[in-house]
Amino acid sequence: MAQAGGLDFEKSLVELEKKIEEIKNFTDGRQMDMQEEIQQLEEKAQELREGIYDNLTPWQIVQISRHLKRPHTLDYIHGMFADFMEMHGDRAFIDDRAMVGGVAWLDDKPVMVLGTQKGKDTKENIVCNFGLPLPEGYRKALRLMKFAEKFNMPVVTLVDTAGAYPGLEGEERGVAEAIARNLREMAYLDVPIVVVIIGEGGSGGALGIGVGDRVLMLSNASYTVITPEGCAAILWKDRAQAARASEILKITAPDLKRLGVIDDIIPEPEGGAHHDPQVVIEQVKTFLQKHLAELSKKTVNQLHEDRYRKYRSIGFFTDVIPQTAEDEERLVEKPATGKKTVKKKKTSESNDVQ
Amino acid sequence: MDWFRKPKYMTVRVAKKDKKPGIPDNLVTRCPSCSEIIFNTEIEKADRTCPKCNHHFQMSAQGRLAILADNGEFIEQTSGKITAADPLNFPGYKEKLAKSKKRTNLEDAILAGICTIGGIKTGLAITDFGFMGGSMGSVLGEEVTRLIERSIEEKIPVVIVSASGGGARMQEGIISLMQMAKTSAALSRLAAAKQMYISVLTDPTGGGVTASFAMLGDLIVAEPKALIMFAGPRVIEQTIRQHLPKRFQRSEFLLEHGMIDMIVNRQNLKQTLSRLLTISPK
Ligand SMILES: [Zn+2]
Repeated sequence: MAQAGGLDFEKSLVELEKKIEEIKNFTDGRQMDMQEEIQQLEEKAQELREGIYDNLTPWQIVQISRHLKRPHTLDYIHGMFADFMEMHGDRAFIDDRAMVGGVAWLDDKPVMVLGTQKGKDTKENIVCNFGLPLPEGYRKALRLMKFAEKFNMPVVTLVDTAGAYPGLEGEERGVAEAIARNLREMAYLDVPIVVVIIGEGGSGGALGIGVGDRVLMLSNASYTVITPEGCAAILWKDRAQAARASEILKITAPDLKRLGVIDDIIPEPEGGAHHDPQVVIEQVKTFLQKHLAELSKKTVNQLHEDRYRKYRSIGFFTDVIPQTAEDEERLVEKPATGKKTVKKKKTSESNDVQ
Repeated sequence: MDWFRKPKYMTVRVAKKDKKPGIPDNLVTRCPSCSEIIFNTEIEKADRTCPKCNHHFQMSAQGRLAILADNGEFIEQTSGKITAADPLNFPGYKEKLAKSKKRTNLEDAILAGICTIGGIKTGLAITDFGFMGGSMGSVLGEEVTRLIERSIEEKIPVVIVSASGGGARMQEGIISLMQMAKTSAALSRLAAAKQMYISVLTDPTGGGVTASFAMLGDLIVAEPKALIMFAGPRVIEQTIRQHLPKRFQRSEFLLEHGMIDMIVNRQNLKQTLSRLLTISPK
């Protein structure tokens, strides 16, 4: 059993696992039989494990989704595909190391795979800027997607970023334009796009490579419009209340599936992907194979139509109730646009804490 | 999002010595740019700009409609038929919505419809900073999308005037983020139909709105000195741990860096749009 990753809520488990390990080492090679004690402790550890991991709070999931030792984009790419050939640069300014991509082979078929790249330690993170892309990262991603379109290969994007890099150069060189352009172009790319949220999905910086026919999400990944810390700072002027904010924001895979934002949840091993990277990488590969096979049957027109409808239908609003005869008359005429997507407002009362 | 900023315009209490005798406080405004005390009627007469220094005050969506559309009105208003739900049951959202509706007389942070501009039939949407920072939630995303789809059907150009410093609306969580994809997809259809889209950026426009429909114009026009950003200045200052240059993220800065086509004074905006829209295929 792999050791727990050492997050705060795992402390008691880590300590117990250490104790078991110590006893094992101590008795090893000695004339002592402590099998019964060890077994008892291991049962206790398993109980503790289930108690923690079967009841993860959204905030604990956020912490797992950001875990340094979690497999990152390049781990998945090398683990799932054969012969990854990385391609570099936006052809205009630089090669952004926070965004990686290139052609790889899945079951002997070429696939364009790209994603935001986080590091496992400070040294790696300096190279890839903590997975925070510059405008050039999004432009490189688009260049590669256009390449895939031209040569008719599906696109797989792996999302793991706190967001686009919030610095001077990003603003100067139009990070907003780069993201917006990707949203527009991805909506009508001629080839299938499968998006996998493998870790942190941070707002527009994630969405900039996150529009697809299928959006899959690992069970301990998170995806949010604002960090729980940022939300807490706005709501209560206190970043320390991030746990509370993460409950409200609905950022876990089951919540996002319920809201219609993601299509499928990829289960992780107990404790999170970093406890058994090999297993989770295989798991993601299996899901990719399934979804790519389904999408390969669609015509370009079907892809366009279905993708448009998928995003077109996301939204929660209610019809305005006509107050006067004049209002009523105005409302009789239904808008001549796409299908109606009104979803009913919840009836429960707001638990207002402000 | 740290994009919520205090409005740059407010009716100031005039110190006794500054005050001309007999003028009630609510009749004058101190210009935040040139510090002159100016009669509100003069500001209004100049389309809410400062007659002394050309400072552009923020403006309501209705006010903008009045100066942009022919006859100051829509032929047909498309917005206003739907209103925000509260999908996350977010603390304080319902109250904020109620207050904003009352204050702005809008259903959400947007006014949209079909009008003519200089005689050219156009789909026009205007976002309003006064309604929760002009932020984009489900309603704003849907109204923009409906307007674009309607304009595609009618084969008319689209103009969207943004005053959305609030970016994506936090209170609707991930659903707001998805409105960026939804509106951009609609613009993809408009582009495929070869119909013109002019984006007008006004003070302030940020975050998820900048990173979707606001930056996707075939042409992008900005009002002078408007704050146009992706990340808010405070977030950036925290990241780089230094103060930002004064003109950073203002229209003139964006023009220099190749992000927008032109800066146009508000009093010339209608004329400019009218001229540009004549290029649009009939
Ligand atoms: Zn002035």
